[in-house]
Amino acid sequence: MTKLNSKIPEGNISEKWTNHKFNMKLVNPANKRKYTIILVGTGLAGASAAASLGELGYNVLAFTFHDSARRAHSISAQGGINASKNYQNDGDSTFRLFYDTVKGGDFRAREANVHRLAEVSGNIIDQCVAQGVPFAREYGGLLDNRSFGGAQVSRTFYARGQTGQQLLLGAVSALNRQVGKGSVKLYLRREMLDVVIVDGAAKGIIVRNLLTGEIEKYSAHAVVLATGGYSNVFFLSTNAMNCNATAIWRAHKRGAYFANPCFTQIHPTCLPLHGESQSKLTLMSESLRNDGRVWVSKKKQDMRNPGDIPEDDRDYYLERKYPSYGNLAPRDISSRAAKEVCDEGRGVKGGDAVYLDFKDAISRLGQKVIEERYGNLFEIYETITGENPYKSPMMIYPAPHYTMGGLWVDYNLMSNVPGLFVLGEANFSDHGANRLGASALMQGLADGYFVIPYTMGNYLAGDKPTLVKTDHPEFEKVAKEVKDLTSKLLSIKGKRTVDDLHKQLGRIMWDNVGMGRNEAGLKKTIEQIRQVKEEFWKNVTIPGSGEDVNQTLERAGRLVDYFELGELMALDALNRNESCGGHFRTEYQFDDGEAKRDDENYSYVSAWEFAGDSKWNLHKEPLEFEYVKPAVRSYK
Amino acid sequence: MESKKLNIKLKIWRQKNSKSAGSFIDYDVQVSPDASFLEMLDELNNTLELKGEEAVHFESDCREGICGTCGLVINGRPHGPLSKIATCQLHMRNFQDGETLWVEPFRAKAFSVIKDLMVDRSGFDKILQAGGYISVNTGGVPDANAIPIPKDISSLAMDAAACIGCGACVAACKNASAMLFVSAKVSQYSLLPQGQPERYQRVEKMVKVMDELGFGSCTNTYACEAECPKGISVTNIARMNRDFMMAKIKNIEVEV
Repeated sequence: MTKLNSKIPEGNISEKWTNHKFNMKLVNPANKRKYTIILVGTGLAGASAAASLGELGYNVLAFTFHDSARRAHSISAQGGINASKNYQNDGDSTFRLFYDTVKGGDFRAREANVHRLAEVSGNIIDQCVAQGVPFAREYGGLLDNRSFGGAQVSRTFYARGQTGQQLLLGAVSALNRQVGKGSVKLYLRREMLDVVIVDGAAKGIIVRNLLTGEIEKYSAHAVVLATGGYSNVFFLSTNAMNCNATAIWRAHKRGAYFANPCFTQIHPTCLPLHGESQSKLTLMSESLRNDGRVWVSKKKQDMRNPGDIPEDDRDYYLERKYPSYGNLAPRDISSRAAKEVCDEGRGVKGGDAVYLDFKDAISRLGQKVIEERYGNLFEIYETITGENPYKSPMMIYPAPHYTMGGLWVDYNLMSNVPGLFVLGEANFSDHGANRLGASALMQGLADGYFVIPYTMGNYLAGDKPTLVKTDHPEFEKVAKEVKDLTSKLLSIKGKRTVDDLHKQLGRIMWDNVGMGRNEAGLKKTIEQIRQVKEEFWKNVTIPGSGEDVNQTLERAGRLVDYFELGELMALDALNRNESCGGHFRTEYQFDDGEAKRDDENYSYVSAWEFAGDSKWNLHKEPLEFEYVKPAVRSYK
Repeated sequence: MESKKLNIKLKIWRQKNSKSAGSFIDYDVQVSPDASFLEMLDELNNTLELKGEEAVHFESDCREGICGTCGLVINGRPHGPLSKIATCQLHMRNFQDGETLWVEPFRAKAFSVIKDLMVDRSGFDKILQAGGYISVNTGGVPDANAIPIPKDISSLAMDAAACIGCGACVAACKNASAMLFVSAKVSQYSLLPQGQPERYQRVEKMVKVMDELGFGSCTNTYACEAECPKGISVTNIARMNRDFMMAKIKNIEVEV
């Protein structure tokens, strides 16, 4: 087994990043334009990185499969972004944000990375304000904060219920400025289908032009993937329809290790399912739990309307089980608690939903205040369900939302493949086994604005400015493999649709690799996934051609990767004989149902190396906790 | 618990590519009233694919009304019959059993049809690339609380910044004008203290590119505001016009 080198700098945790910044090599300003960097994805991490690297003078090529950089799924983040500004004078600090994030991640994240994240969190807010991001403000004109799950301080900055949108538009405005200046070239409607590795280092990518079907080759000195997470493996998730794992998965198959694939987050506050035709699940921001109270009936199969259930018959189960955090208990814990009460038959009318009730907050603060805080979220709810949440409580249920796992990266955010960097949700780095609310935006922007601009220079300073040509045999070989895959998909002409097969995979994943997992179920799941995959390769139908816009073909290519990734998720969950964060193995729990970690045997990052069809080798990066001592993660 | 299904007659615009002529094709579907409009199209596509026919191509992504990717003209109205929602938020319970629905792409001179219901809206980004930003590099900026901004000003800026860039304003306008889109971005920065240094150059640069791309002029019909899924106000257009006039008076030189 290879020992992974995480390249964590020496020294006290609060000095590591400062020292490292000084010790890293620099590329002199005149030489920067001689280096070309490919960036895939234009969400928070990708757009902020492209803009910042372009500003420094590098030659940046940015790719997105969308029709505009602004469409990336970061745009959907509602609630907010954390920063340890301590503007509220409530005891926040870099160390507290670091501490909360390590604890929130159930002691499965790398301390040094998390501390750096906390250190730069304040700079992110400064940067966004300078760009004109209209954060919420107090009457005195200063910035307002709200609370989020897993924290006892108010450190979340927000722009109504559209924080992700405003941060992304800010980052994209910086990107657009560089596009206008010519330092960033933006390639729209291009889907990355493979990475090209020459002499052991990432030197380019192969993309499909989604308008013409043409397979295009691009060469660079380094490749950065900022392509988001893989929750769509479940088919139904809060992710956008086109979010996919293809870029990171194809990179994995070329040698990049995939870390902690089983660490997936099921978000507690989503809208319940309406039926078979449902295409995605809608998230209601966790910020709603600031003022909403979560409850179910104390009775099983209680068919009464919520208004007819008296206080005495209601079980405010989060407040009861976790009195100090109450309705703001972290996501993994809240989701599991909801599943538990629904499994007992105490969900809304015996079904899979719990109430999120604003009645007390409305009578305490008045409807106007609630409208101001959550108006647009209440509107979204009413549009989708046809019910008015000011009058009757919302109904919510957990749904797959965020994936903490991703490609393995070292402290410099570089994968084990030299020159291949991974940012944002696509990497595994900062959230351990569970991400706290309002921390995804923080990480995406930290990686893009304040980490990669430094670590990229350090890498490029050791690389020659000569560019590998795209007619290099390795480019030709990989491009041919991509073309062959497309032809193979189109030639099957079977009897089942892509969505139909994806739904089947999604159900298997949700049942056994979702909120509760166990050995027997996981073993069965691996078999089931292989069967659907086989069925796909024999019986899928993809009308249309490869030389034209073909959305069915695009979806099919992504599903091919989900089958393989799904199998690895199950394998990783099976390997990890403990419960931690979003990974809950039913065999490993305390008597009261809380997750039972096994620090002695599993305090490591699982980094999987692809070794051929359905084969992987496991590498372990041991985790050491010097500053936050692992303890049972209690929110009671 | 599924409700009784609705029978819907669809007349959908099908067009092979930007160069070919398109036409309306009829489809009959049965759909749950709880399904969204786009989920109905997903189901239709599933049945088409099973028959080996090409799916009706339309764009969507977040399906929460925030990414701005989706956009269909339904019975003559961008984003359909309801106000202040994007196409992806429209649910079938808003239609009657037996109803006929005409489904078309967003049409404008500056938005060419790519295929079926997909259009090219890249002009919007070209306008933003010309000046839709505040020129600050990463790092070296003042503390976030260094500039107090009155809550009402910040709130007005946020109203304008809520634009999702879907293009419904252009599709709704008889002149295919992009004034609502452009003015929303101009207003956001024009209202905030951070946007003042480049206030007048910005509006000139953006308007210049907007005109070059073939977007029409504003003749105050307010159709844009009526169809905007985010309710962006036409007062932003007035603000942009004031800034534009001011830029002319100040005779500010613009390099684009």
